[in-house]
Amino acid sequence: MIEQARNPLAPYAHEGAHAIEVENLAKRYGEVEAVKGVSFTVEHGEVFAFVGPNGAGKTTTIRMLCTLTEPTGGRALIDGYDVSKHPRDVRQRIGLVFQEQTLDQQLTAEENLRFHAVLYGVPKAEVEARIDRALRMVQLSERRSDLVSTFSGGMARRLEIARGMLHTPAVLFLDEPTIGLDPQTRALMWEDVMRLRKEEGVTIFLTTHYMEEAEYADRIAIIDQGRIVAADTSEALKRTIGADTVELSTGDDDLAAKNLEAAGFTIKRGEDEVVAFVENGEAQVASIIAATGTPIRTVKVHRPTLEDVFLHYTGRQIREGQGGASMPPHFMHFARRR
Amino acid sequence: MSVTQAPVTSAHHHHLAATSDLRTIRMVWRRELIRFVRTRTRILTSFVQPILFLFVLGYGMTTLVGTTGGFDFKKFVFPGIVAMTVVSTAIFSAISIVWDREFGFLREMLVAPVSRGALVIGKTLGGASVATVQGTIMLALAPLIGVHLTPLLVIEVIGLEMLMSSALTAFGVFVASRIQRMEGFQVVMQLVLFPMIFLSGALFPLNGIPGWLAVITRINPLTYAVDPLRHVVFAAQDMPAAAAARFATGVTIFNYTMPISLEILIVLAFLVVFLTLAIAGFSKTD
Repeated sequence: MIEQARNPLAPYAHEGAHAIEVENLAKRYGEVEAVKGVSFTVEHGEVFAFVGPNGAGKTTTIRMLCTLTEPTGGRALIDGYDVSKHPRDVRQRIGLVFQEQTLDQQLTAEENLRFHAVLYGVPKAEVEARIDRALRMVQLSERRSDLVSTFSGGMARRLEIARGMLHTPAVLFLDEPTIGLDPQTRALMWEDVMRLRKEEGVTIFLTTHYMEEAEYADRIAIIDQGRIVAADTSEALKRTIGADTVELSTGDDDLAAKNLEAAGFTIKRGEDEVVAFVENGEAQVASIIAATGTPIRTVKVHRPTLEDVFLHYTGRQIREGQGGASMPPHFMHFARRR
Repeated sequence: MSVTQAPVTSAHHHHLAATSDLRTIRMVWRRELIRFVRTRTRILTSFVQPILFLFVLGYGMTTLVGTTGGFDFKKFVFPGIVAMTVVSTAIFSAISIVWDREFGFLREMLVAPVSRGALVIGKTLGGASVATVQGTIMLALAPLIGVHLTPLLVIEVIGLEMLMSSALTAFGVFVASRIQRMEGFQVVMQLVLFPMIFLSGALFPLNGIPGWLAVITRINPLTYAVDPLRHVVFAAQDMPAAAAARFATGVTIFNYTMPISLEILIVLAFLVVFLTLAIAGFSKTD
């Protein structure tokens, strides 16, 4: 049994239940199958990222998990409660931050939180302390009495995260939480989220189409065209698509290839380069150079990124408009290997 | 894997749900008041139209109205103007749900683990309170046009305003549950609110009008809210017999003049029907 960093105040919690348990969850809108049967489990205290391009089924899945959309197949349990059978229990146990803003601009930060506290049945005696804590958590204590209409997009988003945590949910859902935020604000928001996870032990389920953001997650599920094509830790996913590559261009590639092979490296001979596949490219670059035995013009070490992982599993790059023309050679290599 | 659930008696559960519903109603109601107080321009502009009507009809048209039996026409119009203020404020408050939808806040409310009934009732009470306050401020202008106010009259009017505004806000919330976009709001105003006000007897006496118009006014539920209001206002005035005959209160259908209690019952029924429809309207999931 996994050590559960769960909310002690949540009423009638299901002991031993996973934070999220999904089996063959599906959603069909008429002819269109938005989600084609996904299965995964998220443990308490985990940060789990759902990564995929727009239209992959991320939002539909998160909506089903949050009881906002009725599944047409399979089942999903949140903290042990079935989203279809006990939607109200599920809603009590989850915090939600939507893609679009859902604050009342004409209320102050504090009033927005107070409203939420009542809606989620936070005991009266605890409301003040929780509001203080939530505002401190996202560093908005000083803006407490300011109207939300005076907030920047980033501040509003952080206030929404604080609000989502106010009723100490077991799972915090973040749907594309950084969409429309500038890089600096995004970093700030991630600091908040990681602090929440550390201090409150909340389970976080997020969707994003920014691969670099998925790196914050303990585990990542790559979703494409309504299916999960891979799910694991970032490191493991990168490992599945192969080792690091060290790409050399030398004065005599044939000689370099021969020497490297003799030295026990796995290599591939390109048109104008020799590529060595190694466990840890940066650490081994020196020994590779030493083994080459011919003058070296350039060396490129490439460590697989989540972008590569996505490409490997889907045959496409995640963001539209960044298609094949701009693909660097090592991407082509992985694409061919598929 | 064992599932342990704390044993909860159903009575305890009901008690918890009732308390949380009451808290929710109060919070939604409070939000309406906070927003009302914060939008001063809205408070002021909502008086512009009724006051304009009071002047146009009460002063401008007086000479055209003809025999009024020694009772100023603007005194006749005044209760209707109070009703008009209440009705338009109530509808405006209810329709703010469409804004909440556009700005996302409606979602925050709809995904919360509370009953839709509590949200709709809170919203209705909030809109009704705001409308009652606005209507009562309008009522305070009565002495300026020579309408005599008594403590009893004020209490009666406030009571009727509360009933009328609740019914109209519930109606507005129901309409808002069907409107997805802001443009729809304009359509509702043009096609529902204005005809309802104009054809309710708020601005002209209901007796001696053409038959087709009489039918429309009798179908309009607002008629049954305006008439009691006028009745209690007139009851406190010193009216010549000729004027009382000219501006007789009471809605007559097939020579049957309804008692006020029946009119109030009709408005209550209107309230219950639209409150139910509004709750149903917000209880659908996709």
